[in-house]
Amino acid sequence: MTPVSAPISPTPAPVIAPGIAKNGVEHSPNAPLSIHDMTVAYHRKPVLWDVDLDVPEGKLIGIVGPNGAGKSTLIKAVMDLVPRASGTVTVYGKPYRKQRAIVGYVPQRESVDWDFPVSALDVVAMGTYGRIGWCMPVRKRHRDAAMHALDRVGMTDLAHRQISQLSGGQQQRVFLARALVQDAMLYLMDEPFAAVDAATEKAIVNLLRDLRSAGKTALVVHHDLQTVPEYFDHVILINMRIVAHGPTEQVFTKENLHKTYGGRLTLLDQASEALGRKDGLR
Amino acid sequence: MTVVHFDPLFATTTDVLRVLTLADYNTRVVVIGTMLLGLAAGVVGSFMLLRKRALMGDALSHATLPGIGLAFIIAEASGMTGKSLPVLLAGATVTGSVGVATVIFLRRFTRLKEDTALGVVLSVFFGAGVAALGVVQQMQSGSAAGLESFIYGKAASMVVTDARLIGAAGLIVAVMCAVFYKEFKLLCFDPAYAAGQGWPVTVLDFLLMSLVVTVTVIGLQAVGLILVIALLIIPAAAARFWTERMSVMTITSALIGGASCATGAALSGVLPRLPSGAMIVLVATAVFIFSMTFGRARGVLPRVLARRRLTVKVARQHLLRAMYEMTEEREPALVEPHALDQPGTRLSMTDLTRRRSWSTHQLRVQLSDAQEDDLVEPIGDGWRLTEAGLTQARRVTRNHRLWETYLITYADVAPSHVDRDADQVEHVLGPAMTRELEAILGERDPGGPPVLRSPHALSEVRT
Repeated sequence: MTPVSAPISPTPAPVIAPGIAKNGVEHSPNAPLSIHDMTVAYHRKPVLWDVDLDVPEGKLIGIVGPNGAGKSTLIKAVMDLVPRASGTVTVYGKPYRKQRAIVGYVPQRESVDWDFPVSALDVVAMGTYGRIGWCMPVRKRHRDAAMHALDRVGMTDLAHRQISQLSGGQQQRVFLARALVQDAMLYLMDEPFAAVDAATEKAIVNLLRDLRSAGKTALVVHHDLQTVPEYFDHVILINMRIVAHGPTEQVFTKENLHKTYGGRLTLLDQASEALGRKDGLR
Repeated sequence: MTVVHFDPLFATTTDVLRVLTLADYNTRVVVIGTMLLGLAAGVVGSFMLLRKRALMGDALSHATLPGIGLAFIIAEASGMTGKSLPVLLAGATVTGSVGVATVIFLRRFTRLKEDTALGVVLSVFFGAGVAALGVVQQMQSGSAAGLESFIYGKAASMVVTDARLIGAAGLIVAVMCAVFYKEFKLLCFDPAYAAGQGWPVTVLDFLLMSLVVTVTVIGLQAVGLILVIALLIIPAAAARFWTERMSVMTITSALIGGASCATGAALSGVLPRLPSGAMIVLVATAVFIFSMTFGRARGVLPRVLARRRLTVKVARQHLLRAMYEMTEEREPALVEPHALDQPGTRLSMTDLTRRRSWSTHQLRVQLSDAQEDDLVEPIGDGWRLTEAGLTQARRVTRNHRLWETYLITYADVAPSHVDRDADQVEHVLGPAMTRELEAILGERDPGGPPVLRSPHALSEVRT
């Protein structure tokens, strides 16, 4: 395998012909992310069934569903981090492994041990390792790029602080900056809003909007139903299969949420409250 | 007649000098060889520690024993001399790697947890090794081979070519770690992200593990298979106490490893009855205990001292604020520098004791400490603030009240409870936060007095 900076090998990427998939999704050849009939299983137990969708360009897309619905798995399967039992994934028309450089990944904050002897700047600089390549050191221009990314998330002052001395929200922003430094086209974010302070939440929302204005696409796993209509243009409702996906105002409905969450009333209450608020805004 | 030969525990002074000055070529080679080994172990060990694979080294080192025995038996059976270090280490490498592979296999394809898999491999392979050494003992050439020295380590049994081999391998390992530093750092911190970025995580893990295997195998002769794990873990763990930077940690760990090995090997040269492995580990442990106690970044002592300093500071601030508020309660005009020598500023011990829940003894200690810093002075049978004391007390009280006002205004804390809540925070308010508080509250109190008025009646509060 090769890191992201490696020259693209001469073998042509399989081009998936546009057309109508079996459940009626029309695939465009150049969607930022196109998933075809993907099934993912852990230890032979399927966790995602037959996912088939195209992600529109330049939008903020929320992935919403109950715990264990396969939200993180969807992102990980796209990035080949968990094996797919079947199906294909393309990023701007080519397989993910050829497009790594233009995909920025923000893992869940809990996925690493923050008691690690590195500074915020060190972590962000890891986003440049792909373009630095094997065995070459991190140079000043890479550190400058990392510093710039930290600036975009409002963390310049804390660049040299050891990461365990940062608050949860600040740690989350470090992860965002690490994805930003890559200057990707498609961002995959796994619960960036989980347990962050109000200031961080606002900073992330502003950042997402900046990305959208720059024509980038972001897929965000999201937990808080109340903020979905406010934050996202599109939603993917998921519970082991795609329940519904499309523009938020069409898809984020009571019926669809009920299908996604079953009878979990507390969450539905939250959602109807959010829907009510949104109607009030209009 | 049998001549009884006494093997002295302590060598003669001349011997000690010869060892310490490295005058003897053999000693020099042994010390330098083990030093390079320690250097490599320190570097690899810090990656292993951060990858949370520290115990893998233990299973690995025990799994080398059957390889040593089998290599000897096979070499002897095929007519070669079994007691050649490269042959024995080749055998150790083979079974050591098989041991590691078995751990990985058990973890991945059965439902055993890692610690169970490690325990199984460690004991089974070590048992097989002991059996193999038993066979070697039965062989004609075997009993003299001294393979047991691989269990406890015997640097003195090293010949010059052995030391060269060990030193060269150690150097190669250290260089490899420098070359792949960035990759290993990413692997240890966030393997999932690394994989997403296309770095071959399995290959990198394999590479790191091969370096661990190399260090373990070359460490067998000097340190022995039971203690070689200590060489991988202790320097790295000790280094962690000194720094929050991975590069510094790796280098510190290498230095600790190298120094421990050199010192330990030299010591066992001076005290020939003591195995070098034990000496090396004891030296490393001494460094570890020192680091744990005094380590700048996370040592115990600096942390205890910092906490102690905070306690002292908090007690001092409580005293100053109590004195300020008691004086202010009597007459607000008294808490001004020019009013200090008026009779009303004298606070009796009885009044002071009642103010907070402190014992008379604690209070006396506080007062005499503050007197040493010229913040309070005795007057009659009571005490009062000095001018310097008043300045400090004013600042402390102001911080307290700023924070109280903030809590009442923005956190809906009831005025009757706010004193205690503010008490937790005011001592750690830095200048930046104080300025921020002032800015937030500025509109409420434009150009107000330097110390805000207390938002609650002072006499209500008895903390």
